Amino acid sequence: MTGGCGNGSKDGVAGTGDAASKVYVAPGTHDEFYAFMSGGFSGQVGVYGLPSGRLLRHVPVFSQNAENGYGYSEETKNLFMTSFGFVPWDDAHHPQLSQTDGVPDGRWLFINGNNTPRVARLDLATFETAEIIELPHSGGNHASPFLTPNTEYVLAGTRFSVPIPQQDVPINTYKDNFKGTLSFIKIDSTSGAMSLAFQILVPGFNYDLSHSGKGPSHGWAFFSTYNTEQASTLLEVNASRNDKDYMAAVNWKLAERYVAEGKAKDIPASYRHNYLDDARIAQSEIVKSVKILDPRECPGMIYYIPTPKSPHGADVDPTGEYIVGGGKLATVIPVHSFSKMLKAIENKEFDGEVDGIPILKYESVLAGEVQNPGLGPLHTEFDGKGYAYTSMFISSEIVKWKLGTWEVVDRAPAYYSIGHLMIPGGDSRSPFGKYVIALNKITKDRYLPTGPELTHSAQLYDITGDKMKLLLDFPTIGEPHYAQALPASLVKDRSVKYFPIAENTHPHAIKAENEARVERDGRLVRVYMSTIRTHFAPDNIEGIRVGDSVLFHVTNLEQDWDVPHGFAVMGANNAELLVMPGETRTLAWKPQAAGVIPFYCTDFCSALHQEMQGYIRVSR
Amino acid sequence: MTAAGRIVLVIASLLLSLTYFFPLWQISLEAPQYPEGLGLEIWINQMQGQNPGDLQKINNLNHYIGMKTIRPESIRELIVMPWVMRAIMLFGLIAAALGRRRMLLAWLVLFALVAASGLVDFYLWGYDYGHNLDMENAIIKVPGMTYQPPLIGSKQLLNFTAHSWPGIAGWVAVGSYLVTLGVYIVERRRERVA
Repeated sequence: MTGGCGNGSKDGVAGTGDAASKVYVAPGTHDEFYAFMSGGFSGQVGVYGLPSGRLLRHVPVFSQNAENGYGYSEETKNLFMTSFGFVPWDDAHHPQLSQTDGVPDGRWLFINGNNTPRVARLDLATFETAEIIELPHSGGNHASPFLTPNTEYVLAGTRFSVPIPQQDVPINTYKDNFKGTLSFIKIDSTSGAMSLAFQILVPGFNYDLSHSGKGPSHGWAFFSTYNTEQASTLLEVNASRNDKDYMAAVNWKLAERYVAEGKAKDIPASYRHNYLDDARIAQSEIVKSVKILDPRECPGMIYYIPTPKSPHGADVDPTGEYIVGGGKLATVIPVHSFSKMLKAIENKEFDGEVDGIPILKYESVLAGEVQNPGLGPLHTEFDGKGYAYTSMFISSEIVKWKLGTWEVVDRAPAYYSIGHLMIPGGDSRSPFGKYVIALNKITKDRYLPTGPELTHSAQLYDITGDKMKLLLDFPTIGEPHYAQALPASLVKDRSVKYFPIAENTHPHAIKAENEARVERDGRLVRVYMSTIRTHFAPDNIEGIRVGDSVLFHVTNLEQDWDVPHGFAVMGANNAELLVMPGETRTLAWKPQAAGVIPFYCTDFCSALHQEMQGYIRVSR
Repeated sequence: MTAAGRIVLVIASLLLSLTYFFPLWQISLEAPQYPEGLGLEIWINQMQGQNPGDLQKINNLNHYIGMKTIRPESIRELIVMPWVMRAIMLFGLIAAALGRRRMLLAWLVLFALVAASGLVDFYLWGYDYGHNLDMENAIIKVPGMTYQPPLIGSKQLLNFTAHSWPGIAGWVAVGSYLVTLGVYIVERRRERVA
């Protein structure tokens, strides 16, 4: 080991000199890939450049963000509405890039809210959350949001089964009263708008992860399950008893047909659908019913494939033939064959059934098992060259193996406790390959310590050769739960630079400085304010009284890229605003006492940024 | 005039209609924080940014140094110039129809006068914008500094390098003039020989 790296010997190849040059992106040049990493419990999405690992942006999704007033401003508050009321946080797990023909197309990014079952859509032209839909009859939206190959549907399986409809029942009646749902959210192909098309009622197991079929298996989707024991207490033991749980194979094309034939029942529900309208203001609607399919009445729609043991990942290889299960407690990696599954269904090679869902024979569907892969296989991604890469949580490593022969060809340690891993396009029909990233839960001694809480990390490995080579690791926001990446060229040229002021249809926008004004309507005062380098209009506001409700409608008149203006009021109880060029955002404010309150711009905008300020006089 | 000379004159006149489809002149501004480019285009009947939003950006920058706001709708030249251009085109076509060499000469002189007065007007316009500063409200005051853009060529104005050059339509007009001048010279030589 010739590298000067202090812990080079532990890192293996990271200590060698060429690792640095492989991740070096010279000043002024761009990374090759955008990586979208979940922020986990931060409720956000981190956007990183690869291979440099540079953090480019964090996009708030399910969490209020004081930096720009997201979730605090009047235009964005409604995105947080749920049937539980205003829920300003969540646990975001699985980013999924929209796909065309089974390959990421760079239009949208979907991500789940695991806690309060929700799915969000980010628009990659603006890197903003454009829509959030809540899922009824769901408890813990974990197997979500996995896409069909042309973004026809976003799939979501409930992690926790719950009484459907919700009711007050003893928890130990789990087996009798608890059910799961698999949700199918329809995506409008031009606008991306989401609507809950239907749900499939499934036995009360835990639905963990999912992936759609592709190529020959297009039209099918696969969900992993655990707790087929249907235990409701001490799950670490009681849900680990069965040697095999199931992978649910769902023929969603057939489900779609059953819905069209009227087989779905309209079941009362109450869930929120929140979206930005044309004026970029979040609207929140309550939807009152959902169509539900019962597998008992829909033959051929769903089958269970036994899979060892407490399966976690459900990953489909680029050819669409192999479905890889990652059993958290399994000692092998089982790989199912789609063509064998069809044959087994045809020949009725069943091993009983659960609630009308036939259980296929494990041996009839199995393509092969990867023997001695390591401990705790979780997730698998593919390089498009016939190899699969599986993360091993317990043995903390990435294992590379060959599809078809099932032999392990390489392994690389991960620092430490890898959960998901990601290859750009690695769950698509045609992976972009080049790198695999380990998304690690624990970092211990990898970075300077920061007290009891340490950063999580992402580790970048070169996979262009026979052996994986560790190139870089970098800290991440929250928990980098799962990630997706795609070539930068698919996104960057579509990036919005500013909003044309002429197209601003916000009802309280002003198009020019001479329209700035203060309007009183009883106790409600609307301040129509403009910002431009380097002043506000109006900059002195008088006539505000204690007890008024003040709405500052701030329009940024700039038509220049990268020139947002901030708006902050002393003592404001919510947040500041960050207003993009050509955009209008509204801050609600209640003056509490007589006096003079300063306001100012928070985003350093030009040489006279510091002079960009004003006063509000509050009278009794 | 020969038939060939007349045809060339017709083409040269009609080429001038391109001034409706391309800018006559462009002033581009270079500064590190505008990697995406920034500039003004002067058309026969309008003035606009090289990119959407550029005019507003330029006006916004200009307000720091006390320059007047550029309002294309208040620039009289943009109303006059299309009529002048139409007159030149028409004159050229009539000269071609009549086939008189003197008419051709008159066209050349007229065009030259119009072009010269256009440049003078442009210079004066630039002079006015660059010198007539609202020093009361100017935020950045550099003693002795004026902000007149170059008539043609490049010039450093504070943190910007300003480049001023004919646009596509400007070059077309120059080409049209030179071709017609060539026709005139050939025609005259031919008549002398005859």
